[in-house]
Amino acid sequence: MRDGTIVIAGASLAGLRGAEALRAHGFAGRLILVGDEPHLPYDRPPLSKHVLTGEIAPGATTLPGVGTVEAEWRLGAKARGLDRAGRALLLANGERLAFDRLLIATGARARPWPKPEEARLSGIHTLRSRDDAASLAAGLAARPKRVLILGAGFIGCEVASSIRALGLPVTVVDPAPAPLAQALGRVIGGFIAGRMEAAGVDLRLGVQVTHLEGDGQGECVMRRARLDDGGTIEADCVVVALGAVRNTDWLAGSGLRADEGGLSCDSACRALDEAGRPVPDIFAAGDVARVPYPLYGGRPVALEHWGNAVAQAAHAARAMLDGPEAAGAYAELPAFWSSQFGLNIKSLGLTEGADAVAIVQGSPRTGRFLAVYGRAGRTIAAVSVDAGRWLPAYEGPIRDGAPFPPITGGADQPDPDPVSPGLPAPATARGDQS
Amino acid sequence: MRVVVDLNRCQAYAQCCYAAPDRFVLRGDEILVYDPAPPASDRAAVDRAVQACPVRAIRVEHDRAPAERAA
Repeated sequence: MRDGTIVIAGASLAGLRGAEALRAHGFAGRLILVGDEPHLPYDRPPLSKHVLTGEIAPGATTLPGVGTVEAEWRLGAKARGLDRAGRALLLANGERLAFDRLLIATGARARPWPKPEEARLSGIHTLRSRDDAASLAAGLAARPKRVLILGAGFIGCEVASSIRALGLPVTVVDPAPAPLAQALGRVIGGFIAGRMEAAGVDLRLGVQVTHLEGDGQGECVMRRARLDDGGTIEADCVVVALGAVRNTDWLAGSGLRADEGGLSCDSACRALDEAGRPVPDIFAAGDVARVPYPLYGGRPVALEHWGNAVAQAAHAARAMLDGPEAAGAYAELPAFWSSQFGLNIKSLGLTEGADAVAIVQGSPRTGRFLAVYGRAGRTIAAVSVDAGRWLPAYEGPIRDGAPFPPITGGADQPDPDPVSPGLPAPATARGDQS
Repeated sequence: MRVVVDLNRCQAYAQCCYAAPDRFVLRGDEILVYDPAPPASDRAAVDRAVQACPVRAIRVEHDRAPAERAA
């Protein structure tokens, strides 16, 4: 199919790169990008970092490609539903957009504080969109007495790093025994914890916030948090960093297999109906898509990674135009990066289910090292800290499921000494990545 | 001008920092900080940075000159 109308629901990274890939593969028809935000697609990674520190303006991260892709933009237009029989996307403003093919790239949103009446207190933020970042940056510019961050995942830790860079007091609370425990495990997370505390972060692990309380006057400004161990934290600014929820609620009643963990797809990124059959004209890509990974025994995985949005959008575009057989099975190796507390962390593969981790190059003592994760004697993931140039060497071993630990006896490396990685038990490890 | 760097691909060779020092900075060992919206006057320097990157991680889109814009 090279003509007709393709609608892309979602105008962020995956939507934009999907549109570009469709044009690059020769789609000559009408292409419509629908986004619920009023902004052209922008890059999110800087939002938790240099946008909060004021080095980059919130509005400066519009992505390259927006000016050249030949498409119609419907911005500030929220998808409300899907008329599958009539092949139309329904917008919140009542409009119907007819399509021949649909690419769903509606992404995810920040998981809010679960108690709505408390979440309304002024001074409580989430961080996902450009507007969120602008609002939090303005909140920080007012020099709060203390910022409280709920959750020590990547967003929570990056925000804590930015807030320390601004010289503001910050407390991070997480029920896990280490920051980043879900993604990296307790061993590597413990190293990061040391850096956080050295940077002046008040890190409270193994406890949970149960209540957020206002000052009880007028505008109800955030005042203090109550912990499940009976303690309290006085804070006038809160960042809720409890992960993301996939934007699939608008698909309710569409007959597609979707929930807050994502929209299920086959390996060609075709959406599945409730019976698990691929729908020929509806595809998905990016954070919202739950796609089977050959590397993980075909288990469906939804990833919030930048590289996944780019590669999956290109894969879906190819499958839309040339058919699922031509595109083959999506097999991009998961990869992400984070920078915080002066460290650059990069990862290949998924650590989930790892039963061992070994430092195979460098050393945490020097602050530069590479850790490899294994499961049942096979290499499944690698994480570098300020050692990104060592990481590509592990792509092959991860893809091949090479023996773990992967390389031994090198003269220039420590003897690997595998230990338990301290990842959460599988039942809770699934979380946002399953 | 709009710039984005694929930081999965970036390996902190710092060639962009030499080519366009006002727009690309390396912090610590390998944290690349860059200006995602450089002024048009930096076009030559940013183009040099794109060319100099050993892993081709930098993408740039220039604003079209007013004469090139569709009416």
